[in-house]
Amino acid sequence: MKDLLKFLTCGSVDDGKSTLIGRLLSDANLLFQDQKEALKTNSYADLLDGLMAEREQGITIDVAYRYFTTENRSFIVADTPGHEQYTRNMAVGASFASLAVLLIDVTYGDLKVQTYRHARICRMMGIDYFVFALNKMDKVDYAEDCYLSFKNKVQALCEELQISHACILPIAAKKGDNVVFASHNMPWYKGPTLLSYLEQVDVQEDKNLEGTILPIQRVCRPNSSYRGYQGELMRGSLAVGDEVYLLPTKERCHITSILWGDKQVQEACVHMPISIELDKDIDASRGNVFVKDIRVGISDHFEAKLIWMAEEQLSITKSYYLKLSTQVIPVQISSVLYQEDVETGIHKTNVNIGKNDIAGVEISASQKVILTEFEKEALMGRFLLIDRITNETVAGGIVLNAQSVGNNLVWQETDITKELRATSLKQKPITIWMTGLSGAGKSALANALEKKLYALNKHTMLLDGDNIRMGLNKDLKFKEADRSENIRRIAEVAKLMNDAGLIVMTAFISPFEEDRQLARDIIGQDAFYEVYVSTPLEVCEARDVKGLYQKARLGNISNFTGISSPYEVPENPNYTMNMSEGSIEAAADLLLEELVKKGLI
Amino acid sequence: MVLLPLLVGGRRDEEKSRAKERVFSFRDVNQTWDPKNQRPELWNLYNTRIHKGESIRVFPLSNWTEKDIWQYIEKEKLEVVPLYYAKVRPVVKRGENYILVDDERMRLNPGEEVEYKSVRFRTLGCYPLTGGTLSEADTIEKIVEETLHYQNSERTTRVIDQDGGSASMEVRKREGYF
Repeated sequence: MKDLLKFLTCGSVDDGKSTLIGRLLSDANLLFQDQKEALKTNSYADLLDGLMAEREQGITIDVAYRYFTTENRSFIVADTPGHEQYTRNMAVGASFASLAVLLIDVTYGDLKVQTYRHARICRMMGIDYFVFALNKMDKVDYAEDCYLSFKNKVQALCEELQISHACILPIAAKKGDNVVFASHNMPWYKGPTLLSYLEQVDVQEDKNLEGTILPIQRVCRPNSSYRGYQGELMRGSLAVGDEVYLLPTKERCHITSILWGDKQVQEACVHMPISIELDKDIDASRGNVFVKDIRVGISDHFEAKLIWMAEEQLSITKSYYLKLSTQVIPVQISSVLYQEDVETGIHKTNVNIGKNDIAGVEISASQKVILTEFEKEALMGRFLLIDRITNETVAGGIVLNAQSVGNNLVWQETDITKELRATSLKQKPITIWMTGLSGAGKSALANALEKKLYALNKHTMLLDGDNIRMGLNKDLKFKEADRSENIRRIAEVAKLMNDAGLIVMTAFISPFEEDRQLARDIIGQDAFYEVYVSTPLEVCEARDVKGLYQKARLGNISNFTGISSPYEVPENPNYTMNMSEGSIEAAADLLLEELVKKGLI
Repeated sequence: MVLLPLLVGGRRDEEKSRAKERVFSFRDVNQTWDPKNQRPELWNLYNTRIHKGESIRVFPLSNWTEKDIWQYIEKEKLEVVPLYYAKVRPVVKRGENYILVDDERMRLNPGEEVEYKSVRFRTLGCYPLTGGTLSEADTIEKIVEETLHYQNSERTTRVIDQDGGSASMEVRKREGYF
């Protein structure tokens, strides 16, 4: 197998990106016969612009990937769009590549804003190697002084962006000068052609390859005798007998077996998908990370740089999902520090952040995130932000500072911990989350259970739907965003009460899986016990204790769960209880029995 | 939230609208693909969140080429469908393609005659819209060798790709194909 170089072509619209790739493939004799035929009637760009809208408008909208192999190397090239409107697609190509070919049109008097923007985004996405292809040299009579004046500008840009590997190359993509064949029109240029540079450049040389990182993708428990932690070995190697360190719990353990597919192996190397077994039982789940010989941080408040990709502006009151490695964690952008001017790099403050903007921000997470500064370790320093309601990817980001300093809200680590409080109360704090239709019997069950726990000298608290809405959440209505915020606040309160050592019961309809998942994320997988009170709609409606179903049927209440708004049945509740028949007492006894059996009470 | 991904083997090197596809490719409730508004896909991070009724096609082999596939099959000694191997088969020439005359479902057009040619299939699609390629490659080694020297791209043998000109794959994908 030949070694592989992934690169992208970028630069402003009409600077000649697609033409360059077409020329490269054609001159290196890498086109198929049918593609050559097509070239007789179409332009080079048509080879790559694969979408109808692209050919109609004569522009590139999304990245196209091309594959080719020469005598010396295999290549994947991502041809990216030049229009500002499609910047996020250009960023997709940049995140994929290890080298950027940035085209510059020398007939235009200066570097364009798009040139600066693309260079900046490539750098942000982690690219260290650049080819600055000064294109359309044929249009300036192959003049050396034109090349030199652009070379100076490019060098200044490289200095600002700390680019240390740059090849500044004069070409004419349309004519073929210095693409595959050395140009006879520019005898003053002594450097390599584009293809010879791409074939020779070593993009690995500076990479520090110490340490091992294995993020857990899945915990595999096919039967009681096997418990394996699965994931792709993102960095380094692992062998049976190695000591690894689990984050965020910081437990040490040893590897007792490694499976690669269904094969037992003694050793695994980078990029292998593996399952490992350990010498002791530990509490590890998806998102946790095994490390060896490398420092990775844990933080719930950090500074980051974002490229904003959504039409909707960045909002500091909204909650987003952060996806970093295999972790998915609810976060808020606690402040916007600056917007980076794409042309000059100057930081502007007090501005709104919209599509294609680059911004410095502070992010607060609802739980600890395992991360590192992007500069130190790219794998654990890059992330996505996802809108929790639309599911859109709204931004890509990199971690600048794992422990934000300009932060006024530091989670106060107290000397008396959650564990100590719980020990003194002689109980295990959990949140028993009841979900089900209105009138299903959630409050009644929670109430009966609390009495039984009280009788057992347990310290408890019951959070009930209507009571919370009358006080803490009285500013919230029943529309979608408010409904999510309602659940978020309840979950945060339940979490604080768990921290105080209490056993918490909640009785809220919580009809949407997404919201219950958010509550689970906030409270923590291990402390969250979901009880689905599954009393059917007919029974609840027949009971109609509060007269609400009747009002909803008459249309006097909108968004009423079960009538005019859906109830999503939990897929995997810890416990299910149908309260159609039998006494509330008996139901509470059954639930208590189950909790005791599971060792939770 | 229910994650229902469909794992498929499509590759970007097959066809130019596929060259534009994400690894995690989003489909709306009508199963359609909106190529002008694909989710950004950065690094190795995939946004797998969808609403009810929406779905995701996952193309883990996106960045493999036809050559990679055959070299992998050779290395791992994988079993493949016999139609990939060259063999003398009854065919008719239709346009540039050799279409297999398998059984009575294949109706000949006036003037068409069955010939016996050594053909193999680079790509297997629906019948009778997939053409064979003239080839003597009846072992994996010979197929690898042949793949390294192809003069035409893979899907030129798919009759269906030529319907409606150079954008037919995209049209079908928008309508929910694949």
